[in-house]
Amino acid sequence: MVAIRYETPRSVSEAVRLMAADPGARVLAGGTDLLVQFRTGVRQPSAFVDIKRIPELMSIAIDAHGLRLGAATPAAVIGEHAELRRLWPGLAESVRLIGSTQIQGRGSVGGNLCNASPAADTTCALIVNRAECVIAGPNGERTVPVEAFSIAPGRTVLQPGELLVAIRVPRPAARTSDAYLRLIPRTEMDIAVAGAAASVTLDAAGLCTTARVAIGAVAPTALRVPAAEQALVGSRLDEASLKRAADAASAAARPIDDKRGTTAYRRTVAGVLTRRAAAIAAARAREQGSHP
Amino acid sequence: MTAPRDFKYVGTRPIRHDGVDKVTGRASYGADAAWPGMLHGFVLRSPHAHARIVSIDTGAAEAVPGVHAVITGKDLPETTATIALGEAAIDLRDIGDNVLAKTKTLYHGHAVAAVAATTIDIAREAAAAIEVVYDVLEPVTGIDRALGAGAPILHPALVTKGAAGPDAGGPTNIASRMELKRGDVDAGFAEADLVVEREFRTPMVHQGYIEPHACIARCGEDGRAVVWCTTQGPFVVRDACAAIVGLDPANVKVVPSEIGGGFGGKIVVYLEPLALALARKARRPVKIVMGRDDVFRATGPTSGSKVRVKLGAKRDGTIVAASASLWYEAGAYAGSPVGAGAMCMLAAYKVPNFFIEAYDVVVNKPKVAAYRAPGSPIAAFAVESVVDEIARELKIDPIELRLMNANAEGDRAPYGPKYGPIGLAQILEAARAHPHWRAPLGANQGRGFAVGFWFNAGMNSSATVTLNSDGSAAVVTGNPDIGGTRAAQAMMAAEELGIPVERVRSNVGDTDGSGFTDVTGGSRVCYATGMAVIRAAEDAREQLRARAATIWNVSKDAVGWENGRAIPPAGTEKASPMTVAELTAKMTQTGGPIVGRASLYAPMAGPAFGAHICDLEVDPETGRSRIVRYTAFQDVGKAVHPSYVEGQMQGGVAQGIGWALNEEYIYSADGVMENAGFLDYRMPVASDLPMIETVIVEVANPLHPYGVRGVGEVPIVPPLAAVANAMRDATGIRFTELPLSPPRVLEAIEAAAAVPVEA
Repeated sequence: MVAIRYETPRSVSEAVRLMAADPGARVLAGGTDLLVQFRTGVRQPSAFVDIKRIPELMSIAIDAHGLRLGAATPAAVIGEHAELRRLWPGLAESVRLIGSTQIQGRGSVGGNLCNASPAADTTCALIVNRAECVIAGPNGERTVPVEAFSIAPGRTVLQPGELLVAIRVPRPAARTSDAYLRLIPRTEMDIAVAGAAASVTLDAAGLCTTARVAIGAVAPTALRVPAAEQALVGSRLDEASLKRAADAASAAARPIDDKRGTTAYRRTVAGVLTRRAAAIAAARAREQGSHP
Repeated sequence: MTAPRDFKYVGTRPIRHDGVDKVTGRASYGADAAWPGMLHGFVLRSPHAHARIVSIDTGAAEAVPGVHAVITGKDLPETTATIALGEAAIDLRDIGDNVLAKTKTLYHGHAVAAVAATTIDIAREAAAAIEVVYDVLEPVTGIDRALGAGAPILHPALVTKGAAGPDAGGPTNIASRMELKRGDVDAGFAEADLVVEREFRTPMVHQGYIEPHACIARCGEDGRAVVWCTTQGPFVVRDACAAIVGLDPANVKVVPSEIGGGFGGKIVVYLEPLALALARKARRPVKIVMGRDDVFRATGPTSGSKVRVKLGAKRDGTIVAASASLWYEAGAYAGSPVGAGAMCMLAAYKVPNFFIEAYDVVVNKPKVAAYRAPGSPIAAFAVESVVDEIARELKIDPIELRLMNANAEGDRAPYGPKYGPIGLAQILEAARAHPHWRAPLGANQGRGFAVGFWFNAGMNSSATVTLNSDGSAAVVTGNPDIGGTRAAQAMMAAEELGIPVERVRSNVGDTDGSGFTDVTGGSRVCYATGMAVIRAAEDAREQLRARAATIWNVSKDAVGWENGRAIPPAGTEKASPMTVAELTAKMTQTGGPIVGRASLYAPMAGPAFGAHICDLEVDPETGRSRIVRYTAFQDVGKAVHPSYVEGQMQGGVAQGIGWALNEEYIYSADGVMENAGFLDYRMPVASDLPMIETVIVEVANPLHPYGVRGVGEVPIVPPLAAVANAMRDATGIRFTELPLSPPRVLEAIEAAAAVPVEA
């Protein structure tokens, strides 16, 4: 017989204690991935540790340093946060793409990261925004850059007893913006066949001074693409440099052939989306420049 | 021909009678029943697409505490019975083997055993303890493999039925072959100035009804059984269960639940015989509910196909010859809708010379079931794509070309009979005159046009109309309501009785509570069962006239009927018109209860055509497309409740667009279905589609008192070709294989860019 405990810790330390005490326990945030895996028999946890009653995990704080996003904050709450959307429009878009309206009311960025799907929509947008994962565990707190958080499909750096509690994103510099695009055959309720995010910073003259590019669903984990970033830095983000970035993204992609898309298709689309995302990020950064 | 009639309720849009229960969650669907002492059933399914069952050891499963019964194929008797279903027949030997494999498993997901236990977790755990030894065989994964040299044979005893083909004789995977011909096809092609030949392929697709199969069954010591289930055909379930489980049909009652979609896929049985056999063995009620993965793997999708079509036309656009070969996947047992595809494919056109051959091919995939106009969309995809090519080659407007060749009343249909009044020309003219046809297109957009045909069905129907003493009425028929038919039936009864439609309750009876009625299928319910309701209401009305005659002491023939009132003959003293309520208030004193009843067999129906205009936009860099505008025109005879008619048209289009763009069964090389869920079996979601515009055209069907034709199936026929023709217009590329998924479209765009082709 299946018997499962349901725990509702009120603090991070209590959650860590529960997780450390039972290796079979799983953290339950929105449950939009976990409960499906449970129902289909992919996972059989001994306990669900529901972290939604821990206030700091359900909060959004933005200050001069940047954003501290509670790991279990529902996507719908993030999507309605005007300041977050203004500062990180691409990140906000990536959050709002997940699932349906109902899923948005439950699913969280922390859950999206911990599920560690290579196709997770938020990962690329977090990577290009230099986000870090704040992890609590029996030995205290540590931080890991988002690009290093997932190590393989379904696997993260989290150790037994550890818990993702927040995502920190530094405040963007002036004339900086981001964008995220994904390709799905439908308009929603689907998983990215390929995804790409870009963040660019322009100088007063409109030259790109820094750029970050990440692609998703085209490798075992989301990939940062330094070659694409180099193609953008120093340029005016004109067609030629965008094309070079697209080619670099396609070259960096290491996709698989599966029911959701062919290798060749994913490689091509990773490039197309990189070019388009960089162009949108650039347009947004320019817009900021014209309205300081 | 009926004279034009002024309707009071028919043609209006009252709120549906079953609506509030549905939107408030009160409606009881298949999985909603719970009976005292109920056990939960779990079905163990084959992990192999093709295997011989060497042995099944259920000992360990039976020993699990909480397990009350375990069954395998050995627990079900062999049966050779069949159930008549219109022109077709359901072979219960195959159905019995399909619900529980006897000697071989023939597809990934084929049931091999079932367990009933006190909880679903125990049942699942016990099923995992059943030891099945398989001798795994090479699977037949598609038509080419099925027909290829040295193909594995699914059924060693299978003999090709029908017209002998070149490959007759010896073990075969071809279950049947039929031919359809007219005139001299060689002479016809010799006369043609233009001949276009193409080969098309479509994958297996599922209806995607939102409610999974579910049932609960009980069987007493006296052999009397009750089955509650979600079904389109309670009488089919009754007869099939009785034969498969080995019970007397007279002892089996089937109660249909509210139904969450069927589209043809809920006519045959899957779980019901298993629940019944388990219930008989356990002597407790047994409930079984399918998961979505099992719905995909082990119910009845429609065929994957290969269709070759050749059309010949004169320079002026006259089609003079056609030839076609169709191969449809039947799945694991004979019975694809290839014959219907062959009969429908040229239904719109006057073609003096044609030759069509149609093959029913068994493969190691689930046994196909009916899916909305079964067989016709696949065939229309091929023919309408080739007609589009001819229009392009000859530089003739595609609607004009179809009008030039359109069949009309008195023309002989390719499948035999002469057409009565049909609305083909009328819908083509309505499409040509519609602003959509002339609207400008944006960048990367294309427009496609296609027509489609479905026979529609008549068959057996029964209805009763019971009058209450307050003048309200209750209608009972035996057709589960999948398309708003209860509302339509209430409107018909209201129309005949002259009482407000809100005063008519419309009900679906069980197999004991309603007269024999054929399935909810073939777009027949509003037509044939509606006709039974009209006659039953007339019967009740005649009884009311007789009661008025009694009250007034005049002969019944002297009593008139107008606007829901009995009218006394002129000069009758102290008599004034009486309403239905006034008459029913005196029922007890004038002869007792009034129940109108009618049973009928409708041998024919009103065939119907639809014409669709589709605008599509493609992203040339990703191959992703979206439908930007869509208009469906259809001859519906008479729209009883126009909102539901429009809903049927929109629903058919939505399913057809899904079939065209993204839906497909994906199998691994060893025959395992890889996308058995809505995430990767990509049906359209609401946001994928524009508001689908509808234009109702009414050319009365003389076989029905109001002129009704079937509505529900026609609208899924044109979309596959309409979308593909729009894609051709947008990209310059003729796609001959569905779905038009982004990877397939991008690959073709890139290939076309590499080798310039004439646009």
